[in-house]
Amino acid sequence: MARANRVIPGLPLTLGYTLFYLSLFVLLPLAGLVIKTTQLSPREFYATLADPVVVAAFQLTFGASALAAAINGVFGLTVAWVLVREPFFGRRIFDALIDFPFALPTAVAGITFSNLYLADGWIGGFGEHASAFLNRLAGQLGHPNPLPEGALSWLDFPYSNTNVGIVIVLVFVGLPFVVRSLQPVLQDWDPEYEQAAYSLGAGGATTFRRVIFPALFPAWLSGVALSFARAIGEYGSVIFIASNIPGKSQIVPLQIVIKLDEFEPAQATAIGVVLLFFSLLILLAINGIEYWSRHRSQAV
Amino acid sequence: MRRFAIFALVFAVGVSLAGGWAMRARSAQNVTILNVSYDPTRELYDAIDDAFTSDYLKKTGTTVTIQQSHAGSGKQATAVVNGLQADVVTLGLAWDVDAIEKAGLIASGWQDKFADNAAPYTSTVAFLVRKGNPKNIRDWKDLLRPGVQVIVANPKASGAARWAFLGLWGAVAGAKTYDLSTAQGLAASIADGKAAKDFPIYKNADALAAVSEFYKHVPVLDTGGRGATVTFAQKGIGDVLVNWENELYLASDEFGKDKFEIVHPSVSVLAEPPVAVVDSVVDKRGTRAVATAYLNFLYTPEAQDIIAQYHYRPRDVAIYKKYAADFPPLKLFTVDQAFGGWPRAQKAFFADGGVFDQIYRPTN
Amino acid sequence: MSRAATLQIRAAAAPPKAKRSAVGRLLVAAAVIFLTLFIVLPIANVFTQALSNGFAAYWQVFFPPATDPAAHLTLFEKHQLADQAAHTWSAIRMSCGIAAVVVPLNIVFGLVAAWAVTKFRFRGRVLLVTLIDLPFSISPVIAGLVFVLWFGRGGIFGDWGTRITWPDPASLSWQGFSGHWWPFTFANSYTGIIFTPLAMVIATAFVTFPFVARALIPLMDSQGSDEELAALSLGASGWRTFRTVTLANIRWALLYGAILCTARAFGEFGAVSVVSGHIDSNDTIPLRVEKLWDGYNMQAAFSVATLLALLAVATLIIKAAVEFKTGHDEAAASAAKE
Repeated sequence: MARANRVIPGLPLTLGYTLFYLSLFVLLPLAGLVIKTTQLSPREFYATLADPVVVAAFQLTFGASALAAAINGVFGLTVAWVLVREPFFGRRIFDALIDFPFALPTAVAGITFSNLYLADGWIGGFGEHASAFLNRLAGQLGHPNPLPEGALSWLDFPYSNTNVGIVIVLVFVGLPFVVRSLQPVLQDWDPEYEQAAYSLGAGGATTFRRVIFPALFPAWLSGVALSFARAIGEYGSVIFIASNIPGKSQIVPLQIVIKLDEFEPAQATAIGVVLLFFSLLILLAINGIEYWSRHRSQAV
Repeated sequence: MRRFAIFALVFAVGVSLAGGWAMRARSAQNVTILNVSYDPTRELYDAIDDAFTSDYLKKTGTTVTIQQSHAGSGKQATAVVNGLQADVVTLGLAWDVDAIEKAGLIASGWQDKFADNAAPYTSTVAFLVRKGNPKNIRDWKDLLRPGVQVIVANPKASGAARWAFLGLWGAVAGAKTYDLSTAQGLAASIADGKAAKDFPIYKNADALAAVSEFYKHVPVLDTGGRGATVTFAQKGIGDVLVNWENELYLASDEFGKDKFEIVHPSVSVLAEPPVAVVDSVVDKRGTRAVATAYLNFLYTPEAQDIIAQYHYRPRDVAIYKKYAADFPPLKLFTVDQAFGGWPRAQKAFFADGGVFDQIYRPTN
Repeated sequence: MSRAATLQIRAAAAPPKAKRSAVGRLLVAAAVIFLTLFIVLPIANVFTQALSNGFAAYWQVFFPPATDPAAHLTLFEKHQLADQAAHTWSAIRMSCGIAAVVVPLNIVFGLVAAWAVTKFRFRGRVLLVTLIDLPFSISPVIAGLVFVLWFGRGGIFGDWGTRITWPDPASLSWQGFSGHWWPFTFANSYTGIIFTPLAMVIATAFVTFPFVARALIPLMDSQGSDEELAALSLGASGWRTFRTVTLANIRWALLYGAILCTARAFGEFGAVSVVSGHIDSNDTIPLRVEKLWDGYNMQAAFSVATLLALLAVATLIIKAAVEFKTGHDEAAASAAKE
């Protein structure tokens, strides 16, 4: 690992350029947020954030993001494990597809998911499609239409009127973060440790809980936190699938957009600053985790 | 290293070719004006712009390119105030143009600069129901029946949704209506509006209760009128869509007349979507002549005919008669006469902390 | 333990297929079902919807047939065909133009930032890395909001920001010497900053700038500076060291970062949507998809979306190729070290 190294040239130039570019594109713009916020009196600031509709938006955003991050925590771990440790047919294709949510524009994701969960979409109308298919199959076998209309309607999964759709798209956008954080660690993980645990008589669950998971934990936590951070800011895909009812299904970014449209930039800023604060907090935590885990692994 | 060099070269050439192509294609320019409009007029102005361009070329020899921008009416007004360089605005309601005037971009008195209150056509709000009208929806009060799901946009951002709100409020509160297709009716409504001193309609408890109940029936609240139509027609959510009359006709044309029916309520509100030249922009860009010609063109028989074909109610009497079958006569009230004008209605209903906000405050 | 050795042990320890446990099978099934639901189905759905009216309809979204002037079309139909395709092409051009500006900027930044962050240790380094990451997790809506705050009327740059007129560099054209001492001119100009392509470029640069730096930092961190130090001690200049040693070591990661950055630049929606002003000529591909969807033209919307999906797939293929290549590089490097 590199130490403070005065032999390598270019510190003033590269650091200066980095800070300049960073200031131009990130710090200066965000300073605008802070400047605007300071023009609000504390009472206005509080009144904006204490508005029950805004509070509900924060609850929904953090709740749905946390749920999505938790789902990604479980399934992302499963997927990463399977991709690294359980060779199966088509593994390379699935591995490549993990990055798809990174590359697919969020608007397209929103349109696609709302299309899938429509009453006659592939998932929203799954029961209907399934019973039609079975009926056709049975018809060819000589038993026309054994299933009455709507027999499988309990398999339909239309998103309408619930916030389930929001969680679904947030799972989609957050998935690659967890998988991609875990994969390198799993790849470097030495199966000898497991073998040792097994040979000492530990069962599969115990080995996972006591040996494997602790080693994965920092990477897993930072992946989950990243997917959570991404989810709280997500806008494009969510507005296509959410019902957008004030106090029920409006996410925080939509609140910001609505306040802007109402020509209330100060209120939009107040909400934006809080959201920004949480993003920054989560990122700091993640980098802290990475820093800590690197030191820990060096200590081992 | 060689393979990397090839990769990098292909990538760099690709990026620069794309950039060069993008630049070349954007370089052909002429007189361009930007029309910032509200949601449902996309198709209308697509057609009008073509007609105007060829008409103007014939008359003056100048080629004009008209850029369009469409979104919710309130959103668009905010964008213009924030610096969107609109030469003309064609919005959903006068209040949104007033907001631009307040920012100092449009000179006061804009409503007198073009005929008919600067509204080249009128419209109203009506209902779209699924074929056969399974929930038997005939009038505003039917929307409040248990089990009826209503699709409407968010009035904070959408003009149509504000008209719908006023339509419901006025209908329940028993606002006085007129036959506004006649000159007498129009004159009477204007006279009544001027004579009115205070507007007890704002204190109508029935209307408040009806509106509160109404939004409990709304499963999806889109941020634009067009989004609401897509939710109802394409996603198949809800029993009835409350939107611009023209938007309903367009939706049923697009998705098939066998799928939907249009229902006109017994009374509704007269919507006068206004047009205006944005003075500060045209003076700076030197496009006032084109912009004014463009808006005047909307009143010509040619444009009025297109307007009627897209199911907006034309001002031109001859054209109105030609398409009379499409436009059932309605009992209408106006914002000025029933609510004392947009500033008052906006403040009471849609401003921050107004009636609409109160409806969605969770009550503890 | 070295990576190559780990690889060998893993190969030895990996259970043979026949001996896979029930738990293993369950896990594979769970992962496959999950990925199918969340990734494969959406991709398949994009293409199915795009091709729902047959391939000819898909093709016509981009290359409309010449309309027969004699044919009696409704007004609506007439404006569906040619105009729609023209708008779509303009959106594709706009996206290409934005990417052509943003990607080189971010490559330079990524290289410089990665050098500064990985070759030196200084106070506030973790904070700097955090700030570089920030656009990953900032809501694109905030990026748009910031624009309004700085350049909107009543914003910090207020009047100046909405009044400044600047020439459109893309409209540079030749006007000849007759009557002018300078033969070039700009045919077109913009007023203000927000709601112009410049705003869209800046917003896109903001959203995409961590990609290159993020691809380089972990790799350069793990490679350390030994090779650079060796080159420097042999008398190479700093620039030459960077070119011949560092760049050679990170080239594939750099390419990968650049490609991911390109894909994201094409795909950005939220931030660009706020600053585009919804003007037709400002549409990028994702904004065009939204407009087609709002214009009741679902099949066309999905057809244009396939461009982005194909771009995503191409990105993934290149990425797989690059990873294969870097894997070899790393293995070769660690083998050489031993």
